[in-house]
Formats: sequence, C-alpha cells, structure tokens
Amino acid sequence: MGERKFLHANAAIAHGVRLARVPVVAAYPITPQTSIVEKIASFLAEGEMEAEYIKVESEHSALAACLGASAVGSRAFTATSSQGLEFMHEMLAYVSGGRYPLVLAAVNRSVALPWSIWGDQQDSIQQRDTGWIQLYLETAQEALDTTLQAYRIAEDHRVLTPVMLCVDGFLLSHTEEIVEVPDQAAVDAFLPPLDLPFKLDVDYPATQGMGAFGQQYARWRAEQQQAMGRARGVIGEVDAAFGVAFGRSYGGLVEAYRMEGAELALVAMGGIVGTAREVVDEMRAEGRPVGLMKVRAYRPLPRAEIRAALNGLRAVAVVDRDCSFGYEGALCTDLKAALHGLASPPAVYGFIAGLGGSDVPPEMLRDIIERAAAGEASKDEGEFVGI
Amino acid sequence: MRLTEIPQEELYQGSLGCSGCGSTLAVRLTLKALGRRAIFVVPAACISTVSCYFPQTPFRVPMLVMAFAATGAAISGMSAALKRQGKSDITVVGFAGDGGTVDIGLQSLSCALEGGRKFIYICYDNEAYMNTGVQRSGATPYGATTATTPGRHFEDKPKKDMMRIVAAHDIPYAATACVSYPQDYIDKVQRAAAIDGPTYIHVLCPCPPGWGYPTERTIEIGRMAVECGLWSLTELRDGRFVPTHTPRRRRDPSQYYAAQARFREFRSGQG
Repeated sequence: MGERKFLHANAAIAHGVRLARVPVVAAYPITPQTSIVEKIASFLAEGEMEAEYIKVESEHSALAACLGASAVGSRAFTATSSQGLEFMHEMLAYVSGGRYPLVLAAVNRSVALPWSIWGDQQDSIQQRDTGWIQLYLETAQEALDTTLQAYRIAEDHRVLTPVMLCVDGFLLSHTEEIVEVPDQAAVDAFLPPLDLPFKLDVDYPATQGMGAFGQQYARWRAEQQQAMGRARGVIGEVDAAFGVAFGRSYGGLVEAYRMEGAELALVAMGGIVGTAREVVDEMRAEGRPVGLMKVRAYRPLPRAEIRAALNGLRAVAVVDRDCSFGYEGALCTDLKAALHGLASPPAVYGFIAGLGGSDVPPEMLRDIIERAAAGEASKDEGEFVGI
Repeated sequence: MRLTEIPQEELYQGSLGCSGCGSTLAVRLTLKALGRRAIFVVPAACISTVSCYFPQTPFRVPMLVMAFAATGAAISGMSAALKRQGKSDITVVGFAGDGGTVDIGLQSLSCALEGGRKFIYICYDNEAYMNTGVQRSGATPYGATTATTPGRHFEDKPKKDMMRIVAAHDIPYAATACVSYPQDYIDKVQRAAAIDGPTYIHVLCPCPPGWGYPTERTIEIGRMAVECGLWSLTELRDGRFVPTHTPRRRRDPSQYYAAQARFREFRSGQG
C-alpha cells in the first residue's frame, strides 16, 4: 500500500524518478519544470535517493549527459520546458536515433516570441517528429504513475525508444492534489532494473553512433518506425500491468469517456481533459449525446483506437493548445488523417485554445462543442478561440 | 615511457584518415597509453568522419559518436554512470577537434571541467575545420589561409589561448602536447588517466591537406612548430605552465611558415 500525499505533478514526477531508482539525473533550470529537479535535489540531500546529479550548463548538455549514461547501461532522467526543449532539439534526435531508452519530463510551456512562462503545448508538439514517444498526462497521479510506466515502455526490448512525459505547465505542475505514492517494493516488482541489449563495455568493445548512408540509413529509420508501431501494443500492456499492480490505469493509448451512444465528441490532450470531463458530464445530464476522447499517446498515434472511437459520430471538436502555423492545430490534422477513409467519418472541427496560459474554462469547451454540433466552425483551418 | 616500452598492440587501425594524418596518430598514441580499459567519445570531427561508418570501425575500444557541441556533457554523464556502477578503472576519453573544443563545444566543456568528474578531455588541434574543407576555427593561427579566410584575407586574429581558459577552471591536470613527440604525449595521457578528476590535454596535430605540406613531413612540421616556439610542450602545475620539453635549438619561425602552403599569402605580405 502506498502513502497518500498532497503533491503537484512536478513533485509527483520526482517521486516517480526516485522510485524508478534512476542513478543519473542531469538538468538545467527552467520554469515551470524546475521544481521537479529541485525535489530530486532534496531527495538526494536527504538521502532518500541515491544518484549522480549532473548540474549542466544547458538543456542540450542535460540530454547529452543522459545519453552518455545510457550508452554505458544506466537509466537516466531529465526534465525541461519550452525554450529548454527547443534547445535540446538536436539531442532529442540523437537519443531516439541511438535508441537510448531515456525518460524526459516536458512541462509544457509556450515558446518565444512573444515570450511567456505560461502553459501551452507548442513546445512538445514542435518535437513531434524527433522520434520520441509522447504521452500527454491529465493529473499529478497519472504523472507519477506514467513516470514508472515510461521506463518500462522505453526499456522494453521491442521498443527501445525514449519517452517524453508531457505535463501541462502550472495547470498540473503547480496545482496540488492527493496522490498515492507507491511503495518501493511494489515499484521494484513492476519495474525491473535496466537491461540493455547493447551498451559500451570495455570487455566487448563496439562503436555506437555510427554513420550510415542511403539504404542503410533508411533501414535504420524503418526500424525506428517499426519500434514505434510495437510501442502501441507495449504502452497498452504496461498500462494494464500497472493497473493490476497498483489498481490504477489510464486507458493505454486513448481513453474514451462516456462515448456510449455519443453523436458528438470532444478530443483533447493533457490537463484540459479534466475540465472537459466536467463539461461532458454536465451535457450528458442534460440528455445531450456528447462524449470525450482523451489522446494519451500522441506518438505513436493510436490510429486504430481513434477510428474505432469516432466512427459513425456526427461531429468531432478537437482542441489544440498549439498551432502548426499555415495550417491548423497539430492534433486536428493528425485526427483528420487518422479518420480518412472511414465509411461514415465525422465532420472534424479544429479549435486552438489555451495558448500562452490563457484559461480554457468549462463554458469555452461547451461553446466549442455547440459550434461543432451546429456545424458553425471551419473544417479547413484551426479557429482561435478566446482571443 | 621509454620508446621500447610503447605497446605494439594497435587499438585503432584501418581508418579512412588522410595519408600523413596527425590526428589519427593522436588516437593511436592515446590508446597505446591507455590500453583496452578506455571508452572514447568523439563529436562531429575528422576522427568520427574517418572512423565510424556502419558496419566498420577502426576502434578496438568502446566508442560513441556524439553531437558536435556536447562532448563535455556526454563524458560527464558517462563518468557519472560508471561511478554509480562501481567501474572506477575505466578511463572515459572525450576526443574532440579544435572546432569541437574551442568553438561549438566550449560551453559544454567548461561545465564538464567545473563538474569535477573523472575523465580525460583531449583536444586534437589541427587548427581549422578540416573534414568540412578547411574553414577557420578559433584555433586557426594568425596568417593562415583557409576556405573562409581565403588568399590575402588570411586569418588576422591570434589563435585562441585555450590553455588559459582551461587553467581558469582550476582542474587537477592540464597539458599541451604534439604528436611529433609521442613519448611526451603518452606520458601526459597516462598522468591524466591516473587522476580522479577532470583533465585536459591539447595536442597539436599537423594536417597535410589543411596545412599544405607533403604527407611524409607531419612529424617534422610538428617538431618545427615546437622548435620555433609557435607551440610548446607544457604541463599545468600549481597554476603555472611548466615546460616538459625545451628544444635544444631554436628555429626561425620563417622556416615553419615557409614549409606550409597555408601561410603563402602571409609570407608574401611580409616581403
């Protein structure tokens, strides 16, 4: 049995890192991530955790230090936000291409310019194509639990792909809730020590980070893509195994909420899903056929699950806390592509909300659903709401 | 180390390096000094370019190719992980070129030096971005023509004094060396490996295509650099650089300049 504590998602993630027995942590401060690594530093100072904490001079170096640790067979962790995640961009591709099973907490924050410390998901969405698994989380409890799941997913030999935990800045990172912190023994039973198939070993010398051209390069990339495909199954498996061990699970790749008999659905990722649940409950109480789909795994995109959940619906409203400038919200585009070819696809309306930490209150989500239901919004371009 | 004691075993063999390459020689000598219990980290550089194409490698020790700017961070992370694993007898070597050290890798290196972890960082200095076609770096000496300081518009700033930057970090060991003095270099690598902390060696590596001299003259050109006083072999002791080798004769630097095509325009400007 775990211990119930009052924690924000950042502290919850720090507990996850401690419980995962991560021996190497490297990080650089940035708001709103910083309290994760501050909490880890205090665990180390209090002797509640044993690890090397590398205080680097940049996020680029933070991830490079983690890669170095992973290359010799150690688990490692870093966390960042916004500009820091952008500064890591080069290393993100190094890590995924090298198949190092690292875990990174991206505490979502908008990117400059205009600069803003407040939350949206532009930072991690911009890293979509760097080859990382991206999981968007809804609560502090899910953040802790998914930190533990993330190592097991990333380190699975079928996957060997790094995981980015995407946690809404402030909305989750700085708001406290009751979180059950699992026992170390239970975590040890769930998460075995890292066992890499390949590592730098003086008794079995090998080179990592090779150059490859043309067809060899393409084959390498194809293997990454295949691993992402297998990750779809593994994410579900690990979430289910977590449920058996701890009594909590999160639907694996997606969670369909009150979708029975729904004609309309709201689709969202991250912290605003919590608000959306309330809106859906309210509308259901009024007899409206509205459901909610929470996309937990954005990469790999759960295409089959999205199609199954939304097939036959009349309309879908997608809320993006990001914008792919010149088109629309990134989740909206992916959703349309995923639904392509269905016999009776829903009309998909894209809405861009909550940028730069602007509030997304229940009435805004309700209005988005109503507009989609009435077919009033644009099906071609993301519509900015609340500006 | 006496000449006869230098190990015969080659732990770096079969690279695609140019004929007469001073930099690949530095790798060979480093591994003769360290043996098999070493792990190399090499960023974007001549050495990774001439070494690591799947499925071949000239390295017989574990080796990791790293992003250009991140050698210092990667060796810090690796050293930290090995410490947690209790593997204190493995030497982690960051092996970066001059561009990867004095330019794009400087920030990461600085943090690694202050971080106090055990490693050897070796800058093999061929005084320009050689594998991309000889563009100037912060380590390019005054007077050198490169692809980005062409012809009469030769490099007009002095070579960056990397050793003073390194010394400012107050690390337990730092040295300069040149591949033309292999015993001196091997001794320094072994001294660095014996220290439980961050160490730095800056080794001058003449480059036939980049410097413009015949391939068989690499050792001679390196010796000329030292004999004419444009490079020195030193160790940092108690905050001061102490020579480990003093040339018996001093050459006129004009002989060094005359021996290399990269100084042709500079020489003609001198009349």
